[in-house]
Amino acid sequence: MTVAPEKSARSMRDWPIVFPPPYEGSRIPPRVPTILDVPADLAATDDILQINFGPNHPSTHGVLRLIVDLDGEQVVGLNAVIGYLHTGFEKTMEQKTWWKCVTYPERIDYVGYQNAELVFVLAVEKLLSLEVPEKATWMRTLLCELNRIHSHLVFLGTSALELGAISMFWYCFRERETILDLYEMVTGARMHTRYFQVGGLAEDIPDGFHAECRKFVEWMPHALDDYLALLDRNAIWLERTKGVGVLSAQDAIALGQSGPNLRASGVDWDLRRDQPYLAYDQVDFRVPVYAGGDVYDRYRVRMDEMAESTRIVDQCLRRLERMDGRPWIADDRKVVLPPREELHTSMESLIHHFKIVTEGFRVPEGEIYVAIESPRGESGCYLVSDGGPKPWRVHFRAPSLVALEATATCMSDALVADMIAVVGSLDAVMGDTDR
Amino acid sequence: MSWAVLPGFVSVREAFGETTVTIERERIRDACTRARDDGFTFLADIVTTDYLGWGDKGVSGYIGTGNIGTGLGIGGGRDLHQPSTQGYQALPAPKPKRFSLSYHLLAMEQPPRRVRLQCWLDEDEPVQSVVSVWPTADWHEREQFDLMGVRFDGHPNLVRLLMPDDWEGHPLRKDYPIGGEPVRFSDAE
Repeated sequence: MTVAPEKSARSMRDWPIVFPPPYEGSRIPPRVPTILDVPADLAATDDILQINFGPNHPSTHGVLRLIVDLDGEQVVGLNAVIGYLHTGFEKTMEQKTWWKCVTYPERIDYVGYQNAELVFVLAVEKLLSLEVPEKATWMRTLLCELNRIHSHLVFLGTSALELGAISMFWYCFRERETILDLYEMVTGARMHTRYFQVGGLAEDIPDGFHAECRKFVEWMPHALDDYLALLDRNAIWLERTKGVGVLSAQDAIALGQSGPNLRASGVDWDLRRDQPYLAYDQVDFRVPVYAGGDVYDRYRVRMDEMAESTRIVDQCLRRLERMDGRPWIADDRKVVLPPREELHTSMESLIHHFKIVTEGFRVPEGEIYVAIESPRGESGCYLVSDGGPKPWRVHFRAPSLVALEATATCMSDALVADMIAVVGSLDAVMGDTDR
Repeated sequence: MSWAVLPGFVSVREAFGETTVTIERERIRDACTRARDDGFTFLADIVTTDYLGWGDKGVSGYIGTGNIGTGLGIGGGRDLHQPSTQGYQALPAPKPKRFSLSYHLLAMEQPPRRVRLQCWLDEDEPVQSVVSVWPTADWHEREQFDLMGVRFDGHPNLVRLLMPDDWEGHPLRKDYPIGGEPVRFSDAE
């Protein structure tokens, strides 16, 4: 007699776990999903005031423009207008060789720069079928998590600032400064590092980094306690965030929300755990999920993620401390620049160096879509190569663009003052939105 | 799921660990609806690729600046990154039509499934909008309309997303000139 193998508990349950919705039915505007229309009976009256919010308003996190219809203080109509920061990155990248392109993605999402750089580099490596050394993988994981903390700190500082908690801004930017100092130590640049190279890292990890980074890992939990003490029992903060800008799980999925916005709506989904890349399948971390779908839960998800990211950084650091002297970049001379000292003694190295720098390396023909969990959610990179030294087509799935699509749904029963809280909580970076 | 059950199924291919299912242009909404009901509840992205000039000799990135200095239309600036024509081991495989339109879908399951639904279209051939299937398609389709000039039938609000409303042309097309805007100098008038 044969017995069917028992299914593991993990595969038995529905995936992702979806928590009960905060409201019944769908609130996505029926005509256009991203435009909240003024109800016909209200539009017939003379009482609707249309105001133009942005694009140059400090609390739009860049250049977002919102055309808002107000009935008193109640928002009854809303239309988000974007494109003020469109710079044609995708078109520009088609004119550059693959290895020059690496500088562009981090300028697209300029707050989650390291993750943006990662998704492009991972996509090129996948087309090339290139193996990356273990040390580079761990260092990439570490830097991406530092970058996630950095991004959430910018979110927390600016969102709290907009709701009146000015001191939060200074506290958050104090820790952000430490992270930027770490970046400067490793890469020479505070932001837009261009440290990830196709094949690994551009340089070895400098001496003294581990000690400095350890100091940060030890300090960060205390800083998080500070933030919680300042905000989490602050009556004004709670009044302004709880029950505001609600988005249910079903609506969030239908609107393509991802990352912290999705997890705050009660969907247990994180690409780092569910579709692991880098070294995420070898580190221990928890995925915070909250079910309320409001501004407060989005803030709580990011707070918890900062704590988890700190734990991941700690685990990466433990691994990296034992990897001194190991290679940090692949040894494929057709793609990776040869070591500098070889150029004086080896003719082949000089030729390879010259070819890569002038013409660029060639990437096999094909199309590819790679997605990672950036601080803002699913950040995807779609590449088409014709086998030449330049990409034929580059496209980024921008989580910020998708996040702003939810503005109309979140604002469906909000007051004008809540708009600031809602837009802040969706955490869109306009560079990422407009590209 | 067997991909052949999708309405308008043409072919399926695997490359780089990814599945691409080609769908007839006219039936893309039906196929998307079927895929969504089959678990692909999450539309990650919609992206168009312009294959004009694909595989032509000497073209590695784009065409459009070739007419500089010939007086044939706008353009400007010299191409400092002229594609090299040598070293191609093989010319890339020809494409059926000018544009490919790809829908990147994700099924939130354990393990997750991803698929790319793809249809091919020529200039001026419209596609059905999938806003009614996934509301998130709204801005994705507007972006593709704006930058690539793909027309989506049934989209409730098909206007430009990123470029100004009065912009002419679709910048991500390969025949859209690069090299900057023409500058008018006062002494040239």
